[in-house]
Amino acid sequence: MKDDITREERVAGLKGMGCSRKRVEDARFTQGKGNYVDDIKLPGMLHGDFVRSPYAHARIKSINIDAAMALPGVVAVLTAKDLEPLGLHWMPTLAGDKQMVLADGKVLFQGQEVAFVVASDRYVAADAVELVEVDYEELEVLVDPFKSLQSDVVLREDLVAEDGSIPNGAHGPRKHPNHIFTWEVGEEEATNQVIDNAEVVATEEMYYHRTHPCPLETCGSVASMDKVNGKLTLWGTFQAPHVVRTVASILSGIEEHNIRVVSPDIGGGFGNKVGVYPGYVCSIVASIVTGVPVKWVEDRMENLMSTAFARDYWMKGKISATKEGKITGLHCHVTADHGAFDACADPTKFPAGFMNICTGSYDIPVAYLGVDGVYTNKAPGGVSYRCSFRVTEAVYFIERMIEVLAIELNMDPAKLRSINFIKKEQFPYTAALGWEYDSGDYQTAWDKALAAVDYTGLRAEQAQRVEDFKAGKTRKVMGIGLSFFTEIVGAGPVKNCDILGMGMFDSCEIRIHPTGSAVARLGTISQGQGHATTFAQILATEIGLPADSITIEEGDTDTAPYGLGTYGSRSTPVAGAATAMAGRKIRAKAQMIAAYLLEVHDDDVEFDVDRFVVKGAPERFKTMKDIAYAAYHQAIPGLEPGLEAVSYYDPPNMTYPFGAYVCVMDIDVDTGVPEIRRFYALDDCGTRINPMVIEGQIHGGLTEALAVALGQEIAYDDMGNVKTGTLMDFFLPTAWEVPNYETDFTVTPSPHHPIGAKGVGESPHVGGVPCFSNAVQDAFRPFGNRHTNMPHDHWRIWQTANSLGMHG
Amino acid sequence: MIPAAFEYYRPKDMAGVIALLQEHGDDARVVAGGHSLIPMMKLRMAEVPHLIDLQGIDGLGGITIKDGAVRIGAMTTQHEIITSQALADAAPIMKEAALQIADPQVRYMGTVGGNVANGDPGNDMPGLMQCLDAQFHLTGPDGDRAVAARDFYEAAYMTERADDEVLTAVTFATPVGGHAYEKQKRKIGDYATAAAAVQISKAGGKVATASIAMTNLSDTPIWSQAAGAALLGTDCGEAANKAAVAAMLDDIDPTEDNRGPVAFKRHAAGIVLGRAIARAWSRA
Ligand SMILES: Cc1cc2nc3c(=O)[nH]c(=O)nc-3n(C[C@H](O)[C@H](O)[C@H](O)COP(=O)(O)OP(=O)(O)OC[C@H]3O[C@@H](n4cnc5c(N)ncnc54)[C@H](O)[C@@H]3O)c2cc1C
Repeated sequence: MKDDITREERVAGLKGMGCSRKRVEDARFTQGKGNYVDDIKLPGMLHGDFVRSPYAHARIKSINIDAAMALPGVVAVLTAKDLEPLGLHWMPTLAGDKQMVLADGKVLFQGQEVAFVVASDRYVAADAVELVEVDYEELEVLVDPFKSLQSDVVLREDLVAEDGSIPNGAHGPRKHPNHIFTWEVGEEEATNQVIDNAEVVATEEMYYHRTHPCPLETCGSVASMDKVNGKLTLWGTFQAPHVVRTVASILSGIEEHNIRVVSPDIGGGFGNKVGVYPGYVCSIVASIVTGVPVKWVEDRMENLMSTAFARDYWMKGKISATKEGKITGLHCHVTADHGAFDACADPTKFPAGFMNICTGSYDIPVAYLGVDGVYTNKAPGGVSYRCSFRVTEAVYFIERMIEVLAIELNMDPAKLRSINFIKKEQFPYTAALGWEYDSGDYQTAWDKALAAVDYTGLRAEQAQRVEDFKAGKTRKVMGIGLSFFTEIVGAGPVKNCDILGMGMFDSCEIRIHPTGSAVARLGTISQGQGHATTFAQILATEIGLPADSITIEEGDTDTAPYGLGTYGSRSTPVAGAATAMAGRKIRAKAQMIAAYLLEVHDDDVEFDVDRFVVKGAPERFKTMKDIAYAAYHQAIPGLEPGLEAVSYYDPPNMTYPFGAYVCVMDIDVDTGVPEIRRFYALDDCGTRINPMVIEGQIHGGLTEALAVALGQEIAYDDMGNVKTGTLMDFFLPTAWEVPNYETDFTVTPSPHHPIGAKGVGESPHVGGVPCFSNAVQDAFRPFGNRHTNMPHDHWRIWQTANSLGMHG
Repeated sequence: MIPAAFEYYRPKDMAGVIALLQEHGDDARVVAGGHSLIPMMKLRMAEVPHLIDLQGIDGLGGITIKDGAVRIGAMTTQHEIITSQALADAAPIMKEAALQIADPQVRYMGTVGGNVANGDPGNDMPGLMQCLDAQFHLTGPDGDRAVAARDFYEAAYMTERADDEVLTAVTFATPVGGHAYEKQKRKIGDYATAAAAVQISKAGGKVATASIAMTNLSDTPIWSQAAGAALLGTDCGEAANKAAVAAMLDDIDPTEDNRGPVAFKRHAAGIVLGRAIARAWSRA
């Protein structure tokens, strides 16, 4: 057989790994043809809506539903009393705690779910919510975790024994009724010894404020209980549909084969859609009770007030070094405000997530991390907003500590980083707090970044600006924000990563069709990441069929193989690996078929782009298309018909993407308005599957980093009222506020991942937050600033300038 | 975010509007662009059992510039203000201010009438109208009357307009000299942290007239007569600028909110006014 196209053309035709294939999802998203939860409309469907607590802490004396029930169109009003016989008035959280589904005797945060109204349409439901009369007795509110740990006010009476003693929690002993856990990693005594005897020590306290992932689409679900066949179907905004099915089965007692969970298109998750919310449970119960489908979709204010927040970490650091700047030890203590219920979405053994990656990209011989979780009268959550578990907090912490140490040493912070990087030849590197970094080449990336922005030139310009400011020639100061981050993503090895006992492997199942196209199903679920585009590219390269001929499906537990879902940048590291491995199984069988068809021994054929060729005789080949047809329609001795494969991948290790970011900012000290002049982002995510999709992820993650660093917060007043419950006050940047990003890369493939990919969705957020923050802080460093807390909105920047005496 | 049920009316003439307002009293409200009222209804902070749409009334739109006077119909949108070349020539401060209101989507809907009638201290047009010494034209059961913008605002959401009156137009003399609308905000689509409207005319190198109004720094817009007076007859240099700012600071009374504490707002107010005066003077 002759081939009239070149090998290069064959490679290009596959649109496999490394090419900027256009996103196949975009056709429907850009035409308004996505299918989200709220687009699901079923015959006879009812609508649910919550009565929510206006108070942050109150006892419920009575609930009167009569007026609401009397409203035409109202079918039911559920309260904790109705759920109690089913054992569903409380539910387990992902963190081993439990949470009220509907207020059981008291409320613990503003916006807490008190009653669930079910009505013929959402307008009637909203009217009925107003008619439910709840009699509250206000209780003392605790919004400060430090005060909470001192207070006599017990938030969680359910967690104190009758004799007043405090039983252990899911993560061991508790010190106070409002204390959740203490988690310690590393060697405290050895660390203290090093720090106490060090030549130079820098200490700092920093608050990483509470914020919220705020996806464009809020959370919601549609539950449909078919009483005839006993099957429950649940559509919802789930980042982990299989986990939801298992949890739903355990909670409801419905056998798992009778539950089908579907995540349709999801309009952004960023961690907000990992947890299980009372709305999901209530829609299920309401459907079981009424026998018809019930929809619950929260509005924006409900989303911001009640579904999972992120961060809220009070971090205290000590870092020691030699006079020359070699870091010798690191001590970190965190007081973690978890709100009213511990609903953090972390692997079970990690109550503070992977906060113990806080030694960062640096070779630090000894370190200690202690975290105390605390209950307060705030919404539960603690999800990883566009980051792997608490990695943003960890990286912010170390990147601030480095800057503060640089001040202490009177040293350039870029140089201080260089002195302390883990060196290329040290990988795989075991950090003081336990993680084994798989690979990295930090110095090369750093040098490339500093050269790209002309770092020396920038510092000279900044020095001139300081003089000009002091001479009264300008009212703008200039900041150079640096960050070098190492992420830990791809959770994770089942030996140490599980959620509620469910191992964090992932999966891919491939079915090749006779004419050479395919469908692949995964245990993950895209929320905008473009899996249908990029996973097809992995397969195209692995099995030699064009990406355009491969359909990727996710999110339907009746069809997709079991997996733990999409968050923590785990899809490519885990499900992407499963995809490659399943592809290789396909290829292995294809090789036998090819050899049979070409009448040679199996070992005498080799894979070449889209075919198997006879070694040394490339004109003798069978394309994968030929092989697919033969697999089904030709009797091949010793082989079963068909061409399918499945792989469940338990990763041997996490992956460790890294990057070097630089931000140049000009700040008007009088208005506090920052202007981002330049933002350079170099990312190393290992093998690059689709550069365009990577770039999109970087832009999005940086924009969310900008938001968090410069203004985005969930703020409470002393009474526990949410002050930032609408998008008027909760900062979501628009195109106007966003600078032009310059992206760059190096490639250090992961040595243990089948295709060397590391994950990228969250890197820009993790690295971006400290970079923006460091730029603000650096602008004021020449005037005496050491550290100021985020968010750096106008008034807080102004206050920094004011406290440094810059307003005359 | 679901409003309570309401009756919707779309009368064809003003008499129909007034009749409905009289019939339902407190329970009725007119809606223009709806971009202030509808969000309040969705939050159930405004309960409006009877909603009267003004879109069907002829003669409430349009911009007329004649004999040194500007008339802007109540239903004129902020977008129309931005795109009217005649208005940009006659009163360029209108365009400069409108471009700093909300975002293009909101500006396609939001109207001048709604913006000035609303009484929200965050709205930009009321201060602007006070700066321009505009008249607000009202129609009610007892006929027509005009109220000066500077007399219109009593407190947040409380104005001189009676419940059964409709604002039909704003008018003002074509401004002379240089102008500036300076606004500090947290992001696009945000109301002002502090905003200043300034109109200054020059004669013989000195300030001949000056009018200054501030937005979102009290529970009403603040026309600071003293600030304008501080500029009169000066060369509008640094000292005069400072004096005007100091006078303005005596007139405002900001409160703490998510935009910042009082000290910051006062500082920002001084900065935006200082800049606005300098820019207006440079154009005078
Ligand atoms: C996201 C967003 C951002 C915004 N940012 C800004 C901003 O930065 N600056 C700013 O100034 N505005 C801002 N606005 C408000 C916007 O400009 C509004 O459209 C405007 O204030 C009101 O105009 P409207 O036509 O929408 O009024 P409506 O919402 O229809 O009405 C507002 C009020 O005025 C009354 N009313 C309306 N017309 C008349 C009339 N002819 N006679 C008597 N009463 C009347 C109504 O009964 C109602 O009480 C913003 C709005 C949004 C949604």
